[in-house]
Amino acid sequence: MKSKVIQKIDLITLLLYFLLITAGWMNIYSSSYDGSGFSFSSRYGKELIMILINVLFLIGILFLEVHIIPTVSYYIYGFIILLLVLVLFIGDKTGGSRSWFIIGNFKLQPAEFAKLATALALAKFAGREGLKIMSNFRDLIILLFIIAFPAFLILLQGDAGSALVFASFIFVLYRQGLPFYILVIIFIEILVFISVFFISLNTLFIILIIGILLIYRILTGNKRETRLAALLIIGLSMIGFMYIIFFRKNIPVNIILLISVSIVSVIKMIRVFNKGKLLQFIIPLLLLFYIGSAYSVDYVFNNVLKEHQQTRINVLFGIEKDITGVGYNVHQSEIAIGSGGFSGKGYLKGTQTKFNFVPEQDTDFIFCTVGEEWGFIGTSGVIIIFTILLFRILKIAERQKSVYTRIFGYSLASVLFFHYAVNVAMTIGLAPVIGIPLPFFSYGGSSLFAFSLFLFVFLRLDAERNTLFS
Amino acid sequence: MKTKRFIISFIFSISALVFIAKLFYIQVIDDSFKLSAENNTLRHVTIYPSRGFVFDRTGKIIVANQSTYDLKVVPRSIEAFDTVTFCNLIGISKKDLVSVFKKKKYSYKPVILKKQINGEEYARIAENLYKYPGFYTEKRSLRTYPFPVAANVLGYLGEVNVDELKNDTYYQSGDYVGKSGIEKVYETDLRGDKGTEVFMVDVLGRVQGPYKKGSYNKQALAGKNIVSSLDIELQKLGEFLMQNKIGSIVAIEPLTGEILAMVTSPTYDPNLFIGKKLAENYRKIEYQKNKPLFNRTLRSMYPPGSTFKPINALIALQKGLITDRTVFVLNGYDAGTHIVKDHVSGAVSFKKSIQMSSNAYYCTVLKLIISDKRFENYANAYEDWRTYVKSFGLATKLGTDLDFEKQGILYSHKYYDRYYGKGHWNYNTIISLAIGQGELGFTPLQTANMTAIIANKGWYIIPHIVKDIGAAGIDKKYKEKHYSKVNEKYYQPVKDAMEAVVSGGTGMLAYVPGLDICGKTGTAQNPHGKDHSVFIAFAPKDNPKIAVSVYVENAGYGSTWAAPIASMIIEKYLTDSISRPWLLKRISEANLIKNK
Repeated sequence: MKSKVIQKIDLITLLLYFLLITAGWMNIYSSSYDGSGFSFSSRYGKELIMILINVLFLIGILFLEVHIIPTVSYYIYGFIILLLVLVLFIGDKTGGSRSWFIIGNFKLQPAEFAKLATALALAKFAGREGLKIMSNFRDLIILLFIIAFPAFLILLQGDAGSALVFASFIFVLYRQGLPFYILVIIFIEILVFISVFFISLNTLFIILIIGILLIYRILTGNKRETRLAALLIIGLSMIGFMYIIFFRKNIPVNIILLISVSIVSVIKMIRVFNKGKLLQFIIPLLLLFYIGSAYSVDYVFNNVLKEHQQTRINVLFGIEKDITGVGYNVHQSEIAIGSGGFSGKGYLKGTQTKFNFVPEQDTDFIFCTVGEEWGFIGTSGVIIIFTILLFRILKIAERQKSVYTRIFGYSLASVLFFHYAVNVAMTIGLAPVIGIPLPFFSYGGSSLFAFSLFLFVFLRLDAERNTLFS
Repeated sequence: MKTKRFIISFIFSISALVFIAKLFYIQVIDDSFKLSAENNTLRHVTIYPSRGFVFDRTGKIIVANQSTYDLKVVPRSIEAFDTVTFCNLIGISKKDLVSVFKKKKYSYKPVILKKQINGEEYARIAENLYKYPGFYTEKRSLRTYPFPVAANVLGYLGEVNVDELKNDTYYQSGDYVGKSGIEKVYETDLRGDKGTEVFMVDVLGRVQGPYKKGSYNKQALAGKNIVSSLDIELQKLGEFLMQNKIGSIVAIEPLTGEILAMVTSPTYDPNLFIGKKLAENYRKIEYQKNKPLFNRTLRSMYPPGSTFKPINALIALQKGLITDRTVFVLNGYDAGTHIVKDHVSGAVSFKKSIQMSSNAYYCTVLKLIISDKRFENYANAYEDWRTYVKSFGLATKLGTDLDFEKQGILYSHKYYDRYYGKGHWNYNTIISLAIGQGELGFTPLQTANMTAIIANKGWYIIPHIVKDIGAAGIDKKYKEKHYSKVNEKYYQPVKDAMEAVVSGGTGMLAYVPGLDICGKTGTAQNPHGKDHSVFIAFAPKDNPKIAVSVYVENAGYGSTWAAPIASMIIEKYLTDSISRPWLLKRISEANLIKNK
């Protein structure tokens, strides 16, 4: 049995895992190394101990009776939910969020394990025979609840970054039947949100109207109706403009556009309502949704986001240039990575990361050390290894007979992708600063342990792919 | 289901490509980050060399360095502290402290909080500074002048101005540079070479150690020490004697041209012009009455008065117009339009003409010189006389090693041609020149140099203030002899007569037994007020060690003030003592400014 498991474990994934762990520790060593001799009380020393304990524990996982995992999924999920609630009351408050349990010298962040637990519960629920996400409304709601509830609790802790990670489960839902257009709708909504920072509402509306009309034309193939809608919108807008001009009213152009579009869309929606023409109903609705959401951007921005989150977004979009304040992190991070050049300054030779120019250099900004010391070769190497690992996980997931394992694999890939992508993007100024760690690299036991566990449970499940059906 | 996996893989790949593209841009294409990184972490610290000292000719330090400290702060790295206690400790107002932080709240760059804290204050502050993280002191060097004299000779340092920055890449804004005197002229010798240390610093500006083990460091090279020709004790005595008087004393060693003392009065304490005190005190002193910043020894052009008579005597001797036995029977000199008065009358010998300072004798001499038949006209004769005068370094820029030297006044014949018309002037028109009046203006340095020429019997070395610089030595032009146009053999009778001036003539107050002082009094008429009291002297007669010129403005007769001052300078230099304390007291206590 023992030797069988070892034989069946996916060696490529295992290799990639150890590659990342080793590279990660080397970079932590470099960024916290102070020139004196090796010490277990230093950050790199502690991290090494954690890696060793972690690896021992993972070997244990490999010998776990694999059939237990699906059966205990809900219990684990429930237990983690309990911890997430508990941490709100007895957790340690550090850096504005209450997300840590402190037990003696040991710190535990339940949010890191919540992703794994959610993946287990999701796999269990969505892995049931014959589940169709889009046809059973109740099932969809339960699925969304499984994902959203821990995210909500984590948001309550004040850890918006970790909460946002749960958005990555959208990939899992997509794999399990969520239509592609839902992804497109969400993608366009994100674009609308971002573009409000860069272009005027008038321009945005005109682009949206033309774009949606084009989509409508392509998807329905109805040329006459599209033209009619366009003419109606233009005509109504003209009337609006004339009203402004003749009565000297001070009404913004975008309000005129909004009213014209609303009239045309609502007429269309009433006409097709309950006639089974879903597409002709949804597209005008979407147009209204996007235009409405553009108005709500400032509301969301001003009232939902916290001050530091607003600043981070402003810094990302170049609206605020606060090189000494909040923008400092990103600026210094880019300097550190940029100064690495093509081949880097050499291991242990980085100056930006070593002399603390980059804050949180061994946790959220560990990628800076890679960039500075290993250069473009190092950074692109890390990205390629992560991408290969993700592809490998998807490949393994697809070869499962068990839907449970497949969903679990997609969850792993999604969460891993989100973490790595957002972390790298924020260090190079492509995403706002969202404090989430780079998997296998960033200092910290909870993150390391949670991701390793996630990966090894998956590998263990995969090793039994021929015996596991469900 | 293949498409779904494909689309998800596609999203993963696109993200990876976007990241790699952006990384390629910032790491390989865009160079600006490398520069920022270097500015972030490397700190180039200028190591200021210690500026050269200045010694006097006896080996006493007359210009030295003192350590002061600048208090600096890295605003970003401070912690909350008790501002009241801190302000009391540092001695600044809370308002100033707040204003520093308001401007540069987030700065990682050090800001100067207080400049030039002296040693005593520094000790007190340093003891308590550990309580205030982010604050530190940096050592700076300032000048100090152990003897509060010779300010105009030594000069002072000030911050470089825009022009100096532009003309010499050595300087950085905020550097100190010599602005006058020795400090200015010998700036390049004194300043030395700056060094650099390259440190790596962390985000709080804390030094993490030398960059590449110090291989980019450059040692600072200390400035050269300078030995001045001044005798600081003599200078001190001179300034003491000249207090409450306007005027100057220049003492030269005839054999070498070395300036032994260079007194201009009124003067100021050079220690007033150190560091941050400069700006405030400069303004105060610049506008003071009688201009203490004006170096009279180089810039005042006085008529020499009767001290010029020996020169006319020498020229006439050289020209063969008189001999040392020539006697004129005189009762004043009839200049046509007026009679030049003379307190000597009857038969006046050559020796007596100098000893008793006969005006009429030298009017006659000048008449002989200008009406010399060997020349076509008066103008030519005048022009020849003028070249003789100039060969004594008079009305000539001597080329001394101090700045702002004036040339003096001695017009060419064209001036008189223009003024009176060509051919419409003769010796009587310019008869004042015979007795050192009229259109003549020599600086005290030139007069002292003239005295040295008489002492040397015909030659001089350009007077200079610096005797030695490090190992290289001084400019060789300060070793060359310059000869007057009067032959050596004509000097002896003049020297004999000048000896008689002191031993039994108009300059008897300059007599010191056993010193063989030779001198000549002068009373320079001055259209603006009372006559200037002038005296030139050298001693000992046959082996001259010192030549002096003394001007006391608006003081009256040369015999009364200038002569005793000159004699005490000579006595002090030759014997290191003053044998007539009563005279010292009388002169030093006299206030000759009040009537101006």
